[in-house]
Amino acid sequence: MPKKKILISGNEAIAEGAIQAGCSFYAGYPITPQNELIAYMAKYMPKTGGVFIQAESELAAINMVYGASAAGARAMTSSSSPGVSLKQEGISYIAGAQLPAVIVNIMRGGPGLGNIAPAQSDYFQATRGGGHGDYHCIVLAPGSVQEAYDLTQLSFDLADKYRIPVMILGDGILGQMMEPVQLSIKKIGAGNPKPWELSGCKGRKPNIIKSFFLREGALEEFNLKLQKKYEIIRTKEPLYESLFLNDAKVILVAYGTMARIAKSAISQLRLAGKKVGWIRPISLWPFPQEPFCVKNKKVKYLVVEMSYGQMLEDVKLTVNGRQQVEFLGRSGGGVPGEEEIIKKIRKML
Amino acid sequence: MEKIFGSFKALYDVSTHYCPGCGHGIAHRLIAEVVDELGIREKTIGVAPVGCAVVAYDYWNFDCSEAAHGRALAVATAIKRVRPQNIVFTYQGDGDLAAIGTNETIHAANRGENLTVIFINNAVYGMTGGQMAPTTLLGQKTSTSLDGRQREKHGYPLKISEMLSILPGVHYIERVSLESPQEVLKAKRAVKQAFENQINNLGFSLVEILSPCPTYWELSPKESLDWIRDCMQKEFPLGRIK
Amino acid sequence: MAKIIINSDKCKGCFLCVSFCPKGLIKKSAKLNKRGLNFAEFDACGECVGCMQCAVICPDCCIEVYK
Repeated sequence: MPKKKILISGNEAIAEGAIQAGCSFYAGYPITPQNELIAYMAKYMPKTGGVFIQAESELAAINMVYGASAAGARAMTSSSSPGVSLKQEGISYIAGAQLPAVIVNIMRGGPGLGNIAPAQSDYFQATRGGGHGDYHCIVLAPGSVQEAYDLTQLSFDLADKYRIPVMILGDGILGQMMEPVQLSIKKIGAGNPKPWELSGCKGRKPNIIKSFFLREGALEEFNLKLQKKYEIIRTKEPLYESLFLNDAKVILVAYGTMARIAKSAISQLRLAGKKVGWIRPISLWPFPQEPFCVKNKKVKYLVVEMSYGQMLEDVKLTVNGRQQVEFLGRSGGGVPGEEEIIKKIRKML
Repeated sequence: MEKIFGSFKALYDVSTHYCPGCGHGIAHRLIAEVVDELGIREKTIGVAPVGCAVVAYDYWNFDCSEAAHGRALAVATAIKRVRPQNIVFTYQGDGDLAAIGTNETIHAANRGENLTVIFINNAVYGMTGGQMAPTTLLGQKTSTSLDGRQREKHGYPLKISEMLSILPGVHYIERVSLESPQEVLKAKRAVKQAFENQINNLGFSLVEILSPCPTYWELSPKESLDWIRDCMQKEFPLGRIK
Repeated sequence: MAKIIINSDKCKGCFLCVSFCPKGLIKKSAKLNKRGLNFAEFDACGECVGCMQCAVICPDCCIEVYK
């Protein structure tokens, strides 16, 4: 594998990252702003011997991912907000059947048909379930095209390791923008047969992939098993980045593309001598607890999102009343700018 | 004397939860017989529906997957594409295949997926308490068509097999019934054909099996078989459709 | 000469076998099985021809046929 750098869009970087991670099955349906991802998969997946299907709907696509994963393949689907709504039943089934899968949401404005501009309004859907039942997806939010590539590869490893659906939460800006990406192959564990997969029962007892437990007490027992798994993930897999927490009076919290704009605001304020800090959660589930262990009770947090306050709730839960948490957000395609953020922080300082 | 009937490798020797006289027991056995005769048990992967047969995987002695209601053909499409050397079939009721799953059914058929589909048509939704199905007959009373199915309110019984037959991707469709031992044997031949077609890479093969539901038809088991012969088969004629 | 063996505890009492035996060799039992149901009972003294209609129509794989 040549160690080269290429200029590529976020959507394409995710697709390329998946292929390099050993993804051998992709099913999707066109929806803006992630059409470049499905187009890339249509072109390159068959070349690697993998399966590409343009499904009849996002609903069919997630169920195809369920089937491919049950058969042992590294499987992925992608969509944008309205299409991801359609997938929620399938995601619940994937979580309940303990199947690994990667689902990409390049978020756009909503609710309903909304628009095709970027948004961060699906945080609740991604982290609170969206589908029915007490389950979780691991949710990863890349902040650059390189990170989109790298986190996609990590997604497949985490999905396999924990037998869990992993969601990559991007937005229309990340999906469309082009940046240089250093290519690499991870492929940890790709291609290894799984003891639970459906491959034909030669030499063993039949395997059953299901999430149905009718016997008295059986579903509760199974749910406790899932909860134990989620506890391990909460302990081992949070990811975040932070700056200037040691002396900050106001800490900006943002994820994905919004974090880059926030970082720009922070840099300007620091140059002006203001004591401001920055936390960028990279895993939204499990939500990182560590950076919020700030002792100074006078510190204020400012959560900035392209939404009307979704990650805000996780920040408030994590801070748990120790410090004040404020919010700045725009949605429906509106993007909070540096000036707005700086103005707000100046008022808070 | 030797045993000439009664041993099945592909079917566990357990009691099923199905009602007395339910067609699922016969249909499950036919599939097991065919899988045994074709020697494909270790290659077979079944996809179970949502319906009374949701736990079919507890009865068949081969790899199986559950699927969300209606989605079996999307699940099966992917399993077969990932493992083309395996024999993959779906087992679906009238709600699973012809109501909630219609889109997945039509598109798997249209793509000509090399799959075997066993469609159990008993003209009612059994598991949930006897509601109207797409294939409920005109005049048939169910818990959601209390005065009987009426064409003005409910439309006509859906002929999904006939609808699918116009698609070039579909290789084989046959409608059979379980109304007598003779018809059961014909049903077995059709099921075997549908599995052989997959082995020979001939494409999408569907067998619609008219099956009794004594409980929700409110008939005895024998009366149910008579109702298939005298009423269902008039609306859903038997024979090779494609 | 042929015979069948019916697993009376597996029998759910649908009696389809009774309807289809061409020789009328299967009857509804007087006793109850472990399920608390009357079950299908084979008359072993009769002349079973091993046509297998009973076993083919039985939804519960209760019947083994010997010839």
